[in-house]
Amino acid sequence: MTELTKLTLSAARDGLHNGDFTSAEITAEHLNAIDDAKELNTYIEVTSDQAMNMAASADAMIKDGNAKGMTGIPIGIKDLYCTKGVHSQSASHILDGFKPEYESTVTSNLWNDGAVMLGKTNMDEFAMGSSNENSYYGPVINPWRATGSDKNTVPGGSSGGSAAAVAADISIATTGTDTGGSIRQPASFTGLVGFKPTYGRCSRFGMIAFASSLDQAGPLTKTVRDAAIMMESMAGYDAKDSTSINVEVPNYEAALTGDIRGLKVGIPKEYHSDGMPAAIEKLWQQGIGWLKDAGAEIVDISLPHTKYALPTYYIVAPAECSSNLARYDGVKYGLRVAGDSLDDMYKNTRAAGFGDEVKRRILIGTYVLSAGYYDAYYLKAQRVRTLIADDFKSAYQKCDVILTPTAPSEAFNLGDKVSDPLAMYLNDVFTVPASLAGLPGISVPAGLSSDGLPLGLQLLGQAFGEEQLLNVADVLETAAGFNIKPAKWWGE
Amino acid sequence: MSVDKETVAKIANLARIAVSEDELESTAGELNNILDWVEQLSEVDTDGVEPMTSVVAAALPRRVDEVTDGGYRDQVLKNAPASEHGFFAVPKVIE
Amino acid sequence: MSNLYQGATGDWEVVIGLEIHAQVISESKLFSGSSTKFGSEPNTQVSFVCSAQPGMLPVINDECVRQAIRTGLAMGCQINLRSVFDRKNYFYADLPQGYQISQFKDPIVGEGVVTVDLEDGSTKDIGVERLHLEQDAGKSMHDQHPTMTYVDLNRSGVALMEIVSMPDMRSAEEAGAYFKKIRSLVRYAGTCDGNMDQGSMRADVNVSVRRPGEELGTRTETKNVNSIRYMMLVIESEIRRQVGVLEDGGTIAQETRLFEVATGTTRTMRSKEEAHDYRYFPDPDLLPLEFSQELVDKLAKEMPELADAKRDRFIKDLHITSYNASVLVAEKESADYFEELLAATVAKTAKPVSELGTLVSNWVTGDLFGALKKLGKGITESPVSIEHAAELLNLQVDGTISGRIAKEVFELMLETGSSPETIVEEKGLKQVSDTGAIETMIDEILAANADKVEQYRGGKDKLYGFFVGQVMKQTGGKANPQVVNQLLRPKLDG
Ligand SMILES: [Mg+2]
Ligand SMILES: [Zn+2]
Repeated sequence: MTELTKLTLSAARDGLHNGDFTSAEITAEHLNAIDDAKELNTYIEVTSDQAMNMAASADAMIKDGNAKGMTGIPIGIKDLYCTKGVHSQSASHILDGFKPEYESTVTSNLWNDGAVMLGKTNMDEFAMGSSNENSYYGPVINPWRATGSDKNTVPGGSSGGSAAAVAADISIATTGTDTGGSIRQPASFTGLVGFKPTYGRCSRFGMIAFASSLDQAGPLTKTVRDAAIMMESMAGYDAKDSTSINVEVPNYEAALTGDIRGLKVGIPKEYHSDGMPAAIEKLWQQGIGWLKDAGAEIVDISLPHTKYALPTYYIVAPAECSSNLARYDGVKYGLRVAGDSLDDMYKNTRAAGFGDEVKRRILIGTYVLSAGYYDAYYLKAQRVRTLIADDFKSAYQKCDVILTPTAPSEAFNLGDKVSDPLAMYLNDVFTVPASLAGLPGISVPAGLSSDGLPLGLQLLGQAFGEEQLLNVADVLETAAGFNIKPAKWWGE
Repeated sequence: MSVDKETVAKIANLARIAVSEDELESTAGELNNILDWVEQLSEVDTDGVEPMTSVVAAALPRRVDEVTDGGYRDQVLKNAPASEHGFFAVPKVIE
Repeated sequence: MSNLYQGATGDWEVVIGLEIHAQVISESKLFSGSSTKFGSEPNTQVSFVCSAQPGMLPVINDECVRQAIRTGLAMGCQINLRSVFDRKNYFYADLPQGYQISQFKDPIVGEGVVTVDLEDGSTKDIGVERLHLEQDAGKSMHDQHPTMTYVDLNRSGVALMEIVSMPDMRSAEEAGAYFKKIRSLVRYAGTCDGNMDQGSMRADVNVSVRRPGEELGTRTETKNVNSIRYMMLVIESEIRRQVGVLEDGGTIAQETRLFEVATGTTRTMRSKEEAHDYRYFPDPDLLPLEFSQELVDKLAKEMPELADAKRDRFIKDLHITSYNASVLVAEKESADYFEELLAATVAKTAKPVSELGTLVSNWVTGDLFGALKKLGKGITESPVSIEHAAELLNLQVDGTISGRIAKEVFELMLETGSSPETIVEEKGLKQVSDTGAIETMIDEILAANADKVEQYRGGKDKLYGFFVGQVMKQTGGKANPQVVNQLLRPKLDG
């Protein structure tokens, strides 16, 4: 019998539809594998009983001929999604014990299609981080280690638990969320496909907000095809989210034609940086070659405000978070730490409930919005953000998609950057610009670093140009032929 | 623009986060590092550029005026650290 | 009329601005589908959205947008086809999100002017700076538990219109007249019920004083004043206090104050924190609010008639006195009652409105209002239905009963709740118009009072009333006075 945890989503789907195995079987194998991989700290909560019940329902759906792409597929859900009656804390202490009485739209969509929830995956607290070292539940360990090293590396963040779970074959796919690169960067660090769609493509209803104008749901999967299948289930207009866009969800898998002849691929000159490791520069050049070989035309483009994207992001996102996280005040849910007055209770609760990075961003956000600084920081950043979005608009006059590296480095060792927030922020240098512009992006595993750690290439698309983006990503994936798995060092 | 201890205390109070006296200095340092770095935006000429208010080019959807929600007090109060007689309960406020 | 306030050291001028919060009439809340019904059990009209549960998002209520536009139109203000919702950030127990969704830089309604009527018959124009839509907060109860404050979120998220005036008022009377005017406008427009005791309308009162002609003084803001009388007390006590402080050489602190009903004065809020810094910024969960001029035009066309227009029409088309017209339009319910009754009376009598306006308006403002006042009831609680009232007036118009009998019948209607026709029937109050019967009666009376007839014919005109009285006495007041006159005069005059 095949090792069911090694299956891609599309292979699992086909096998389930063929009756080669049942969802109950795949789910049970994944639950065992999760048990075996506890030291990776990928799951905050494992919902074994619920998973087996959902698997049984999925098997019934398949039997009745009602199967969809996600039916019977066991997946992990980032702790940031509200799942009814189940741990949903955005990996924060401040939401201690919180079990929502409602379900997020994205997870509802997945469950309606028959997907099976294995549990809630670890993440950086409130999605703030690029290494998954900011979780109240401790860091996630990347299953990948540098060649010959026994040092733990980080899986990237903030969807680090979701990434590590798929990389370690303890989930067929997972949901992530991407605010400034939180799906794409961990995908690059763990050798996966990470797909952030256009802002407004997936509903944010029931997603614990970090920065509302940037947050977007997306999948972490083993292949581009898997991402297409899962996105079709996750996406869709939702009247409960005023920023969700009423555009029909296409059959993304059908867009994977393998034909990109005549397509124009833009290469932004500003994404070359002096400090970039040679392996990444080389991989990027290889990627250009692969797409050219497939018949695409390569175009040099300029995104002149690229260098201002990160500072813009680190004003806008903290500003929004300082307001979004005001509701965690010890009154309606989660942690309460007593105080002599209402204000003292607020202050004690929030001091104890938020981790250092979250507090840092709340304070920055409070500062940039405060009287006298609003114009100089917040308003300025929103103006630069307009320029960044305009850069992309001009670029897309000349090209259809854009190819860049996903991250400026491979996975680094645990603990290496925790004491230097600015160094940590630089991880998102290639992912943040598209986030600010609300554009879709996908990271495809393309090669290894000199240390034997995975590296991704990023493709950026036009608003609601997901089909084209996925098609190019599929071609890139095939050309790269990346099929290396981390050597299993954990468990028994 | 440089953030001092007093400013940190002020914004921590606005954000309702207790910061102890000995944390103020280090926090000020961290915030200054970040603020000095974002300061580079001042290089960008943004004269006549509209600030972005939303990334999506769509009109705000408006819903029909109907009662479609609410009426589940137990669920609303279920996660509350303290509730009594159907109310949320907080330390007494003196106006 | 001078509005100057005499202090110990000379004259002072008061400058008043009002921020009126008017609760929008809508079924559901501004950004969630929970009910807005008043007076329900605590936290029963609360959704996950209005209790700010994690991951919940706002979706705006179209009707609230329309209500704001209607109100703007009623105040003659500019309507902004594009406006923006901002977050006003602060912490408080009854503010579950930690911010209020409001409109700061770009409100839905811009400037306008309303004209208010003052007691001396003059009018004054008061500028409206803006109207914006925002969420109401929940309710904190501080007196239910020795160490706890209880929070009810039923009101959390209900739509409010904040109507901000220019600092154009110079006396408590002007402020009162302005508040009344705004209340009348929103009630006629059907956008706010104006129920002050339920908190549907309340005002933040900004007061400062200055020497006439000088720069604006420092103002204080007294929050959430929920009656016009209280608001006038706030202003008067603030004038006294501020002038007192300034004349003693002190300075006024810019602060938030609370009105204390018991003393009729204001005091500093104890929980007043350091200067507020609300950190307004556009709400990223919402897009800018945009609508077409066509929508505005459509709402303008559908707009109900407002008080001033109604009063003018009553005078012009119904020929009723300007006094009656003003009394009737003062409260929307009175005007509504009057118009309904008028229509019902027209239907019953088949006479044109112009002939009935005076009769009906006199009856409403005189008989009905008098009775309601005695009963301590409002017009909406009138014990006399439109149907019965129209019947009563019709009996008068068609000559079945006289005006005097009508008053008697009305008394009985109030007592018994019976229909006027039943009362007239049962009590035999029908007016006697039978000329034969009345003529016989007159002949008998003249015969029985030959001496008085002599005196009358001798020039004692006053005795005419005596003969009429005799006829009325014999018929129990039911003789048709016109018929009596027609017959009596020629007989007496011989
Ligand atoms: Mg105010
Ligand atoms: Zn207000």
